[in-house]
Amino acid sequence: MTKHPSEEKSLYLPRVAEITSVETIAQKEKLFEFNFQDGKELGHKPGQFVEISIFGIGEMPISISSSPTKKGAFELAVRAVGDVTNALHRLSKGATVGIRGPFGNGFPVDEFTGKDVLVIAGGIGLFPLRSLINYVVDNRKNFGRLIILSGSKTANERMLVNELERWQVMEGVELLETVDIGNEKWGGTIGPVTTLFSQIDIIPQNTFAVTVGPPVMYKFVIGECQKKGIPDERILMSLERRMKCGVGKCGHCQINGVYVCQEGPVFSYARIKKDKLTEAI
Amino acid sequence: MTEKVLSKQNLNIFINTLLSRGEEIVGVKKKEGKYAFGKIADAEEVCLDYDITLLPPSMYLLPQREALLKFNIAERPVAFPVIEANPFILFGVHPYDIKAIELLDTAFSTDNLDTNYLNRREAATIVGVDCLNPNPNAFCPSMDTAFTDKGYDLLLTDIGDSYVIAIGSEKGQELLKGCPDTQEATQVELKRKEEERQKALGKYKVALDTPLEKLPQLLDKSWNSPLWDERSESCLSCGSCVMVCPTCFCFDVQDDIELNLVEGERYRQKDACMLVDFAAVAGEGNFRKDKVSRYRHRMYRKGKYIMERFGRPGCVGCGRCASACLAEIASPAETFNLMKGESK
Repeated sequence: MTKHPSEEKSLYLPRVAEITSVETIAQKEKLFEFNFQDGKELGHKPGQFVEISIFGIGEMPISISSSPTKKGAFELAVRAVGDVTNALHRLSKGATVGIRGPFGNGFPVDEFTGKDVLVIAGGIGLFPLRSLINYVVDNRKNFGRLIILSGSKTANERMLVNELERWQVMEGVELLETVDIGNEKWGGTIGPVTTLFSQIDIIPQNTFAVTVGPPVMYKFVIGECQKKGIPDERILMSLERRMKCGVGKCGHCQINGVYVCQEGPVFSYARIKKDKLTEAI
Repeated sequence: MTEKVLSKQNLNIFINTLLSRGEEIVGVKKKEGKYAFGKIADAEEVCLDYDITLLPPSMYLLPQREALLKFNIAERPVAFPVIEANPFILFGVHPYDIKAIELLDTAFSTDNLDTNYLNRREAATIVGVDCLNPNPNAFCPSMDTAFTDKGYDLLLTDIGDSYVIAIGSEKGQELLKGCPDTQEATQVELKRKEEERQKALGKYKVALDTPLEKLPQLLDKSWNSPLWDERSESCLSCGSCVMVCPTCFCFDVQDDIELNLVEGERYRQKDACMLVDFAAVAGEGNFRKDKVSRYRHRMYRKGKYIMERFGRPGCVGCGRCASACLAEIASPAETFNLMKGESK
């Protein structure tokens, strides 16, 4: 130990952040923008997460939805499913919350330089991937193609529709969408997100695949990526667990011997196989 | 450092001297035919020839419940860290529990310094005592925890009418200054200490069939063993094995708010990977919803994960879990030996 422990700050004390805007995305999903009261930046990488506190209710991990290229404020897109997320949904502009982080490794964006990026999003997996997509979009020259495959449960549950439309028309961005269950208005592809793989043509040696979605989706997406010839080292996924502490102590996020909050949440399929992370997917 | 000798009578005087000068002593007392750590009011209460305590002394460093923050949400929410650490003496800690504390020291100071734990740890003075009457479920020699030459400030060994005292730190040396009539230990007394230790080694009834350093390899091969299902079938998912464990340090974090709905605290409390919702996430997901996956996870932490991460095993062989388990399936030694038998 180099420092006297009492000289070190508490690992568990959040910084105070103010909600500067709230936008309703869908029935149970909202996009929140935050600013730290001390004026500092969050200083994150795409794919990292924060622990958000509503004092009196609790704390929980949420992926960061904004790109670090967005200066000043940061954004979290949140589905109301538990105590903390429902409490957050009841807050409006001007309210304050606690934030710890950023935590986790994030996507290895430096390795993506000059390469094509294939993003595969399932449902609200699009929320953390939005950070990566906008990072690539804002640093367009540094990367090759950006291909986005997005799958939703129903046509009414498409997330971030305005943003999808923005990416759709953007030069150098290829966006394909599918829904599990369509409706009268939906004229697009119907089926799971893996359906879209047959519609794309990629150069596997030059492509990184990045996927976030419900746990059940991963093994099918990995299979499709492998069929396309993408090496396991370049098939990346974010393994979402309930990180209670975010600092590698509490044990809740453990996958086999790995603390997801420290060594993840982003893992390559090669790493999952090498370390025999049988609990991962 | 040279070792000292103190008569049993003088040890009592020593303890009472410490108490009279206001030291807080937490030691082992009799409790309904068993033993438990608790606050000591008089030297007469202190038991040093116990086999095992119900709960481990590490609960005084990582309490069952501990405040992390105090907050006030009257207008703008404000939160303050809570770090409680008052000096105290942990008296009569067995070597396996000392080694368990060393594991906690490593876990809470690796990568991110956990100030709540480390400040409390620094406030603690540890007086150990050699375990000469092991619990029938213990397998300390297999886990290299029957004896220790570090991790304590003082360490006592009962040699009949007196104790040999090993000094492990300056803090221990300082503490001993208040002790009446300590003598330099003679060669004869040191020999008796060694004999007592050897006798104790002969009393253990459980042993591992696998060398300690080979445990990770054994488990590496055993993931798909049908034994996991067989062993975990009768598990009650009660978490008792974890709650009594000196090396388990996983915790849950919760908020509590006063009836005035303004002030409150965020606290952590010991949590157990054997409880059904340990790996549950919001919505309906649970990454370890079957008891077999929880049971296997605990055993892998004990014999593989912790060892690979921190370089020391996640089990010290104290046998508390085996004593606490109503289904009689909690002993890591028994489980590892079955795995070993199967892998032959």
